[in-house]
Amino acid sequence: MPNKRRLKICRQDRVWDVDSDMPELDKNRLLYTEHLTKTYTMGDIQVHALRGVDVTINTGEFIAIMGASGSGKTTFMNLLGCLDKPSSGAYFLDEIAVHGMSDAELTVIRNQKIGYVFQSFYLLPRTTALENVELPLLYCKKCSLHERHEKAMHALGTVGIAERAKHFPNQLSGGQQQRVAIARAIVNDPVFILADEPTGNLDTRTSIEVMAVFQALHKQGKTIVLVTHENDIAQYADRLISFRDGRIISDKANPAPRSATEDLKLLPKLDEED
Amino acid sequence: MSILGIIRIALKSLMRNKTRTFLTMLGIIIGVAAVITMLAIGQGAKKIVEEQVNSMGTNVIVVSVNFSQSGSNVRQAAGSGNLLEVEDVDAIRDQIDGVLYASPVYTTFGQLKYEGNNWRTGVMGVDADYFYIRDMKTSSGELFHASDVENGAKVCLIGKTVADNLFGDVDPVDKIIRIRNIPFTVKGVLAAKGQNVMGNDQDDTVIAPYTTTYARLLGHRWRNMMVLVSAESKDAIQLVQQDILDLLQSRHRGTTSEEFAVRTQTDLADTANSVSNTLTILLASIAGISLLVGGIGIMNIMLVSVTERIKEIGIRMAVGAGKRDVLLQFIIEAVAISILGGILGILLGFGAAKIVGDIMKWSIAVTPWSVILSVGFSMAIGIFFGWYPASKAANLNLIDALRYE
Ligand SMILES: Nc1ncnc2c1ncn2[C@@H]1O[C@H](COP(=O)(O)OP(=O)(O)OP(=O)(O)O)[C@@H](O)[C@H]1O
Ligand SMILES: [Mg+2]
Repeated sequence: MPNKRRLKICRQDRVWDVDSDMPELDKNRLLYTEHLTKTYTMGDIQVHALRGVDVTINTGEFIAIMGASGSGKTTFMNLLGCLDKPSSGAYFLDEIAVHGMSDAELTVIRNQKIGYVFQSFYLLPRTTALENVELPLLYCKKCSLHERHEKAMHALGTVGIAERAKHFPNQLSGGQQQRVAIARAIVNDPVFILADEPTGNLDTRTSIEVMAVFQALHKQGKTIVLVTHENDIAQYADRLISFRDGRIISDKANPAPRSATEDLKLLPKLDEED
Repeated sequence: MSILGIIRIALKSLMRNKTRTFLTMLGIIIGVAAVITMLAIGQGAKKIVEEQVNSMGTNVIVVSVNFSQSGSNVRQAAGSGNLLEVEDVDAIRDQIDGVLYASPVYTTFGQLKYEGNNWRTGVMGVDADYFYIRDMKTSSGELFHASDVENGAKVCLIGKTVADNLFGDVDPVDKIIRIRNIPFTVKGVLAAKGQNVMGNDQDDTVIAPYTTTYARLLGHRWRNMMVLVSAESKDAIQLVQQDILDLLQSRHRGTTSEEFAVRTQTDLADTANSVSNTLTILLASIAGISLLVGGIGIMNIMLVSVTERIKEIGIRMAVGAGKRDVLLQFIIEAVAISILGGILGILLGFGAAKIVGDIMKWSIAVTPWSVILSVGFSMAIGIFFGWYPASKAANLNLIDALRYE
């Protein structure tokens, strides 16, 4: 309920902006931030993890975020993913002001609009792949047992791992676990998928496999924001953003994104691969 | 998210840790079982006391001297002291309206002998009316009569225990036993009564005419005597009780009403009940403490479990679990443990109560309210001791929880 009210107010706020500044962009604008900052206070020391980030992301984009360690990528992703609140600045998602929301409202946003993929998968142990994927559906209203099962199986099918539905995380390889995690991220049909170093714990081949999954999702029209350290991985995205010291230092389109499926064909075949 | 869904999540995570769940439950199981058993034992004791008070006879009044209040050691002479005498019994029977029977009761100890066998036990000297008052029967032989009392006949009745120990397989009826070397003819064996609440064997007794007991066993000396009276009806009891008190005071000059104890069956029942109530409360509170310890066990395990599952909580929150969802999940886990433990505890308690009942030959009673009490209590314990760990879980910071190693 409070979301709706906010939505209205924000739309009114933006009317002027929309009409005069960037009318053609607004059509498929998914989110934008205005001077987003995040400062961590540890005792006397203040860590400025983000020093003012302005960015606009449109529906259907596949963005790779690069940058040195400690440059604020994860902090930025956490803010986009509504896992954390900014210290100052504005963040509008679907034209809704997210920066001022309460914890309870953010919980709903996380559940309904955002799919998050973590570097170390974060699957619940001793819980089957299927149950892990069902998890976000458990916390949304009105979703019957059958519907839940159906959606989760479909998501597992999308990432190509439906036959492992009954397996526990410790029975799956890293790549398979990450696919389950991606399935969990897409099961609620979020407006965008955030992935913080999703290939960080995987070898080259598995990394490219996972990127193929992301590219497939992108083809289906999903918006994806992905953090990576590896330039090779970033080349699969169609927009590259670089961070340094809590600021964006470059933001450019990738003129010729690589195809992960094509790259996989070039790699030597492995015998044990099923 | 619906409560039902959270319940499913909570039960699932309990199932994932079966051993730990069971061990946590054990505290509650034992606590509840102890409460149920203790209350059952208390109730059983109460029932037995009631039965025994009733088995004393109908509308019985016991008259005795209240030694703690008396100056009897100074006033030894007949008529002036407060020691009861046979004339008092006659007066009670003849002068007070509503009295059906009255019998003196002398008690003494004696060595019994039959051929080579010896047995030492208490001997009671009573009037023939005693059997009517106490509703006594024989299992073999017959009771002695008023004429035996009048004549001071050397006859007696023996309890089953005495019969077994002196005679073994021999039929005691019409045999002669020696009580303190004085020969008595056994007229009959009393119907067995078993143990009383205090564990005393009621069949370990010898009953003889009071005249004989007084003359032969007590040697004509003044002895303390009790009077057993039976009132015509329940309604008459109170009046009779007061009349007896007045009569005794007028017959024994210079005594106060405190010096005589005239107790009715109801008085005895009340005393016995208050004793068994105290016993029940004592037992139940010991059991209650063990239930409390069980509850603290739940809190302990839940706290460990929250710490252990910080990452899980973070993951759940990241995909859309709210504070309320996490809070409820952990509370429901605690409540589920305590309720399930409560149910198992009740079953165990029933079993234990039955075993105790069988061993002690008591009719042990598990009352419905003891079941309601312990289930309610264990549920409250679940909520109470589950709350703190659950709110700790719910108030975790998402990012910190996800980063927790
Ligand atoms: N919870 C926190 N408390 C204090 N400081 C933090 C916290 N999280 C991040 N920081 C600091 O903020 C800065 C940015 O951290 P961030 O994790 O966003 O970097 P990153 O770009 O993701 O680095 P990496 O590539 O190593 O993952 C770092 O200096 C880090 O030490
Ligand atoms: Mg990072």
